[in-house]
Formats: sequence, C-alpha cells, structure tokens
Amino acid sequence: MLSVQVQEKIERELRKYPADQRQSAVMSALRFVQDEKGWIESSDMADVANYLGMAQMAVYEVATFYHMYNLKPMGKHTLTVCTNLSCQLCGAEEVLGYIKDKLGIGIGEVTADGKFGLREAECMGACVEAPLLSVNNKRLCFRLTPAKVDQILAELGGQP
Amino acid sequence: MSLGSGPVIYTTLDFDQPWTLENYLKVGGYQALRMVLTEKIPPEHIIAEVKTSALRGRGGAGFPTGLKWSFMPRNYQGDKYIVCNTDEGEPGTCKDWDILRYNPHALIEGMAIAAYTMAVKTGYNYVHGEIFEAYERMEAACEEARAAGYLGKDILGTDFEFDLHNHLGYGAYVCGEETALLESIEGKKGQPRYKPPFPASFGLYGKPTTINNTETFSSIPYIIREGGQKFLELGRPNSGGTKLFSVSGHVNNPGNFELPMGTPFRKLLELAGGVRNGHKLKAVIPGGSSMPVLPGEIMMEVDMDYDSIQKAGSYLGSGAVIVMDETVCMVRALERLSYFYYEESCGQCTPCREGTGWLYRIVHRIEHGNGKPEDLDLLLELCDNIAGRTICALGDAAAWPVQGMLKHYRNEFEYHIEHKKCMV
Repeated sequence: MLSVQVQEKIERELRKYPADQRQSAVMSALRFVQDEKGWIESSDMADVANYLGMAQMAVYEVATFYHMYNLKPMGKHTLTVCTNLSCQLCGAEEVLGYIKDKLGIGIGEVTADGKFGLREAECMGACVEAPLLSVNNKRLCFRLTPAKVDQILAELGGQP
Repeated sequence: MSLGSGPVIYTTLDFDQPWTLENYLKVGGYQALRMVLTEKIPPEHIIAEVKTSALRGRGGAGFPTGLKWSFMPRNYQGDKYIVCNTDEGEPGTCKDWDILRYNPHALIEGMAIAAYTMAVKTGYNYVHGEIFEAYERMEAACEEARAAGYLGKDILGTDFEFDLHNHLGYGAYVCGEETALLESIEGKKGQPRYKPPFPASFGLYGKPTTINNTETFSSIPYIIREGGQKFLELGRPNSGGTKLFSVSGHVNNPGNFELPMGTPFRKLLELAGGVRNGHKLKAVIPGGSSMPVLPGEIMMEVDMDYDSIQKAGSYLGSGAVIVMDETVCMVRALERLSYFYYEESCGQCTPCREGTGWLYRIVHRIEHGNGKPEDLDLLLELCDNIAGRTICALGDAAAWPVQGMLKHYRNEFEYHIEHKKCMV
C-alpha cells in the first residue's frame, strides 16, 4: 500500500499530464517510493501499477531500465560516484578507491551498520565540477578530494 | 560554476541570486514575450526571424531551429506539444544545467514564445535525473512565472494560454534522444522510435510535437527582442549567435562559458585557465564524448563553430570540450568511454546492443595487456557494422570515439598490444 504522503506527491505529479495519461507519473511515483524507504521491491511496483492503472510488467520495465532506482536496499545514504571521462581525468577512480577503503565496501554494497551504500554512475551532467558524487540522488558534491570525502561522511554521520 | 556571462543566455550572473524573476526582468526578461503577445506578431514572422538568426539546435545535432518550427502543422485541431530536452548526459556537457540553475526564466520565456508561434498550450521540460537541485529550481521558477502571469491562462492579459511542466528523468543517457525522451515522458522505458513518422506529426501521446534543446529555447528571447540579424552577427554566417561551452578535464579553471560562435579554441582554453599544472596539451574532444577526438596541435588552430571543427575532422556537437594533457593514456580514456556506451545502449538494435559490448571488451583487453595485433582492425570493422545501422544515433556515438582515437593515436594502441603496458 502506498503511503498517504507518497499518494499526495503522485497526485501533484499527475496534474502535469493529461487526465488519460496517468502512466506519465510512473517515474516520479517510483522515485517517491524510493525516497521514502530507500529502495523499490516488487510489491511496491505492484502498488504503483494499481494506483496508476498500469500493468505490473510495465512498471517493472521502467524500474529496471533507469539506473537511479535502487532495486535492493542501498543503505541510509546512497553515495553514487561518477567515473565517466571528465571525472576520471580529474581523479574519480582514486576518490572511489578512497571511499571503498574508508567504508570497507565495494560497488553495489552496503556498510554493515546500514548507513552507507555505494554505487557507480555514468555522466551526471555536471562535468565542470568533476570529480563528483551524489547523495541519495538529491544532492551533488563537487570537486572531491579525500579530505572532502571525509567531511561528507562526517556530515552524514559516518566515521570522521 | 558559470564563468563566462554572455549577452544571450547567461545574462543574470552578476546578481547574487541570478535565478529570480526580479533579476531576469532587470536584464530585459519577458520583454520579447510581451512584444509578441501585445503586438500579435504573426507566427510566420517569428519563424522568419529565427531563420534569419541562423540558430541551430544546441543539443548536438545542429538542425536549423526555424526550419524545425515550420514543420509543425499550425492548423492541426487538437493537442500539440513542445518539449525541452534538458537531459544532459553526454559526458562533458553541463551547460544546460547552468541555465536551469542561473537563468531558468530565459528558458520559460523562450518556450512561451515557441508555444505562441506553434499554437501550443502545453510544454514539458525533461530534466536529467542526476541534477535534482536544478530540477527543483526550475519547478520554483515555473511557479514564480505562473504567479506573475507569464504562464497559465490569459498570459500578460491576452487570451494566450501556455503551461510548462518539468519531468525528471532517472538515469538513462539514451533519453537524450528525442523520441526516447518522449517515450520516457509517456511513462515507458526510454527506447527510441522508428522515424518516420517524425515528432512533428506523431510525437508526445501521438500528437504533433517539437523538441528543442534548453540552450536553443533560451536563445529565442534575445532573437525576438534584438532581432535575428543581431544574433547572427554575434557569431559566424552559418553559425549564428553565442554558444555555451562546457570546459572540463585538465584545465586550471573548468566551467561553462558563453562566447560568440567562432571563438578560437586557443582563447577558450585561455579563459579556462590553460592546461593544468603547466602541462602540455595532448588532445581535445571538442563536442561531447561522442565526437571524434582531435590532437591538441590541430585544436589550437580551430575556431569553435560548426564548420571550422567539421573541417578539422570532428563536430561541435553539444559544445562540451574535454581537455586532456600529456599524462593521459588514450587506451584508458577510450576504455572508459566504450564502457559508457555499452552500459547505456538501450538494447533495442542488435548492432548497438552487441557491438558496444564487443567494443568495450576489446578495448578493455588492450588496456589490460591482453590485446592482439588484429584487434585494431577488428575494432574498426565493428564500428562500420554499428554506425548508421541503428534506430538512433547512439550507435554512431559509440563508434565515432573509437574511430577518432585510432585515427590519431593508433601508435598508442599498438604499443599497448606489443608491450602490454602504456607508453605514457
């Protein structure tokens, strides 16, 4: 069952589209579910399908096509690091290596305390601020260095 | 960070809060829309003005905007749409991000004028999923415009009606392709459509639709306010206006710059602070990661416009300039790019779905010391079997970087294969 909060947010999105095009809100609906519980499981997809009047398969297709959906728990704070060319040239792989060591996890993994998950991304479209990462797909952090990574982790309540 | 303010698009950068309606009005904002609506300028005059400006699509393909607008059936009864493509995912490109962050009202005004011209009541702006903060700012700007009477019903006291909505993507490069983008707004996976039919006859929800890039729409207010001729004269004859350039990679001062079309690359590099740490310039990808790489010495003689870069063997594309210094291993750089296209292929066309995997795996094995002498010819043969054989341009986009790298840096690839290590 979608929470009242998620339903309200979906309703706001639905106003953007023609009344007979409810499916247009599926991407944001899945996003709202993920914002609330951190990831999306098949029962959520079924709920979204019911709410929007879509086939479950069609929701599943969307959830698995777009990279930013978490299809498994990815921790309280999902850190997504871009490693594409502009970021690579500016040391993204070293930064990613530093985060892996610091958190003791690899790509697609979550720390034992459930606080941090780590993902790798393709281009985020902010290349002049490389290297960069996003926190929970909401906030971008720019021009990363090991010191800056320490600061971000500390802010989010991780180890200093 | 936007560094080069300009006359057409990055016009508000000197203000503390460049994105507000109040500040946009101070630089002549919404004057063009007001003029168009109160003087009831005939749509064909607006299209003629846009044609005079020689404005070409700023998303990468460079299609003449005035011509594109003229394809829309004006007398079609029923819904029609305009769609803005802010799905900036081409590595190196982030100029539109700064439009949403710093001058969202230029986009709103440009789309409103386009809507008037093509008799459209609804527009969508598709925003790259990763730049959520810019999406929120754009949502706020639309609210602000609605409250002030620049969007919605009875705009500026006339009977013109237009509303604009933002749609957030969620991580799929291919949605930058216009028909994949339409599929995505419709709530489907973003797989490009066969063309024809083109969007002007069968677009969003099957209705006539015109899709333009963010920078393209945002150039419109200036063209209407100042005239197409003045816009044209900012640039070069076949490349009117200013262009936003994203300079990333090995420069001291990366950023977005608004400069006249035809600005020498040498000048752009200087504005970006030159090559980092006093290193030597090795190579430049001049128009986003899909465009063929050019050696630094060729780039130093090139001007940043459509024709000049094409003559040098690449394309202006999105205007994203990726600078590489002498420390860069071209095999490693290509490995990363090839992985990107492999990862982002939507899987619909076999040459792209399978071919991008082949390209990545071969470059990967060369980078890791397992390459074979025949691999380089195999790469080129694969490129020939991908480019031009797919529904959308992602196939070409995957092939061009490989062809460019092998044209100019084949010796580095051969060295990798022979010595199982890097020559840099």
